[in-house]
Amino acid sequence: MTHHTIPEAGNPATAAPEALTTHEDIDQPPVRDKDRASQWRLVWWRFRSHRLAMIGLAGLIIFYSVALFAPFLAPYSSSTFDSDYIYAPPQQLHLVSDGDWGLHVYGYELEQDPDTFALTHTENPDDRIDLGFFVQGDPYTVIGPVTWDRHLIGPTDAEDPVYLLGADRLGRDLFSMIIHGTRISMTIGLVGVALAFGLGVTLGGISGYVGGRTDTLIQRAVEFFMSLPTLPLWLGLAAALPRDWGTTQRYFAITIILALVAWTDLARVVRGRFLSLRTEEFVVSARLDGARGRRVIFRHMLPSFSSHLIASLTLSIPAMILAETSLSFLGLGLRAPTISWGVLLEQAQNFRVLQDAPWLLLPGLAVVLAVLSLNFVGDGLRDAADPYRS
Amino acid sequence: MLTFIGRRLLYMVPTLILISIVAFAIIQLPPGDYITTMIAQMEADGQSMDAATIEALRDRYGLDQPFYVQYWTWISNIVFHGDFGHSFQWNRPVGYLLGSTLPFTMLLTFSTLLFTWAIAFPIGIFSAVKQYSIGDYVATTIAFLGVAIPNFLLALALMYIALTVFGQPVGGLFSDEYASAPWSFGKFLDLLGHLWIPMVVLGTAGTAGLVRVLRANLLDELRKPYVVAARAHGLTERRILLKYPLRVAVNPFLSTIGWVLPALVSGEIIVSQVLSLPTTGPLLLRALRSQDMYLAGAIILIVSVLTVVGTLLSDILLARLDPRVRLGAR
Repeated sequence: MTHHTIPEAGNPATAAPEALTTHEDIDQPPVRDKDRASQWRLVWWRFRSHRLAMIGLAGLIIFYSVALFAPFLAPYSSSTFDSDYIYAPPQQLHLVSDGDWGLHVYGYELEQDPDTFALTHTENPDDRIDLGFFVQGDPYTVIGPVTWDRHLIGPTDAEDPVYLLGADRLGRDLFSMIIHGTRISMTIGLVGVALAFGLGVTLGGISGYVGGRTDTLIQRAVEFFMSLPTLPLWLGLAAALPRDWGTTQRYFAITIILALVAWTDLARVVRGRFLSLRTEEFVVSARLDGARGRRVIFRHMLPSFSSHLIASLTLSIPAMILAETSLSFLGLGLRAPTISWGVLLEQAQNFRVLQDAPWLLLPGLAVVLAVLSLNFVGDGLRDAADPYRS
Repeated sequence: MLTFIGRRLLYMVPTLILISIVAFAIIQLPPGDYITTMIAQMEADGQSMDAATIEALRDRYGLDQPFYVQYWTWISNIVFHGDFGHSFQWNRPVGYLLGSTLPFTMLLTFSTLLFTWAIAFPIGIFSAVKQYSIGDYVATTIAFLGVAIPNFLLALALMYIALTVFGQPVGGLFSDEYASAPWSFGKFLDLLGHLWIPMVVLGTAGTAGLVRVLRANLLDELRKPYVVAARAHGLTERRILLKYPLRVAVNPFLSTIGWVLPALVSGEIIVSQVLSLPTTGPLLLRALRSQDMYLAGAIILIVSVLTVVGTLLSDILLARLDPRVRLGAR
């Protein structure tokens, strides 16, 4: 790969005229603006032409919005359960029945097996449960002391059972649970990657910039970490976490454990970039100008490969999400009462349960969609990361 | 070549020592030890143990010694006597438990590796040669999906399909009638009949990754001037492809064993747990949950060592095929 890196990319003096360009410029054909557009604008143009990446970006925006507004979007709170509806199957949404319009589902008819006491649920067409938007339901906190009790969608009478995606082993609404789980599952990747980023950039940067013996030492460490099978390591570390730790403590401990392995990839990327940039003319000239090491790194080198860095970061989030899901699925990651997609999937471990309630696999669909979106965006970013390449 | 191998072997020694320390440190991390777990269990059952017995047990296993003493006892027994210690939970030597599960783990990992290659190779070549064809798009989509679907989810989904569509539970490596039978041709066939499910489940992610790598490499090679020159000389397309670009593009393929292997070993644990296979994975999980430290430590150690050895083998293979590797590393 060749790097026609423009040294002024991160320089505020050249960034100023770019700020004057109006918003309409984006919609004009890029050919005319190409020479005066900033690096980031070029990256965006290139990214935009990648169709899958744009789909992925839309998916990501949806996922993180769901994470942000989870209590409002979910029909029920994360602690709402009804033991009458354990493993109740998903209800079908109806728009019209008996010529009566309106979004509604049918209530359940409960039957108990006299021998096994197992409950079976069948939908009862006579028991109509109306659904509404902005309905009153379980109260939740918005920010600090501010609470609200409106939910985007839910039964008009909060007492009615609505299980759009079925119920789990505690009789909780799986749809609400998946929405609540989005928070943990989508942020654990971000926090983990942020930690790994710190480690990776520092060590990789030192390794690539200083070179010599330090480089060899750090590279050996990276190789060592990469040669370890990650899951046994994670499992061992996760099993070592004290059982009486609170949910927050556990959350951060798990992210640290995940980051311990993930930093190596980033360190290699950063080192490679530093090595290839070290001899570029603009870096040499900056050094000859008397710029100190820190200034050379942060002012001249880092801006020229930050887009690559963001692409690598995006591509390492999915691995984190998958790892958290796997650990929690095995019962060694996050634990109830924390709700994440992995914790929800743990219920599906037993294939007898799976036979009766296959909808318990649905959190897995959320995992797959989230990982796909992130991979698409990461791929698009990687292709767009070097906009000066023709 | 010999110098290359010699130096790589030398590099391996500190790596292996480090791995053994990490493995031992991990199993030492949890507060308490197996005796604590045992006491808690007995108390839950309404029994109790007198202090003298507890002391005797601790003393016997050296559980109250400092870390380095325990580590040294552990590792020297393994290296010099091949003794992996005693599993508290199973009340059997760890070596025995490993002997009955490790062959299956290796069989599964190795056959998955072969499967991954057998599938990824033709698909990768196809998608590079026929770039942007329908087949390429299909392969790319499947590759993306393969990376995005967690192994255990695929295993669960397959299990559910087998259960509802074919009406038979999948899982294990043998049918009931062969489970405790001595080895025979019938048992071998039965094993093959069971092996393909975990193999496919484990192989998807690796295959997907390799297809992407091979496709990218081959595309880079195909654009180079020497390919144009070969074509101008009137060589057939097949010959052009197989004779030059493919051989260059395959190099990274081999070097990826280094990261495919750790991933396979990791994936094996979770897939085996879901499909209840008689491999080291489920054994490790149980050992970690009950703080059966010698068993857990031995499995982590062995699995890591095997991975490092596998990576070394792939490096040697790569050096054998590509002179740049063995000369450049001088």
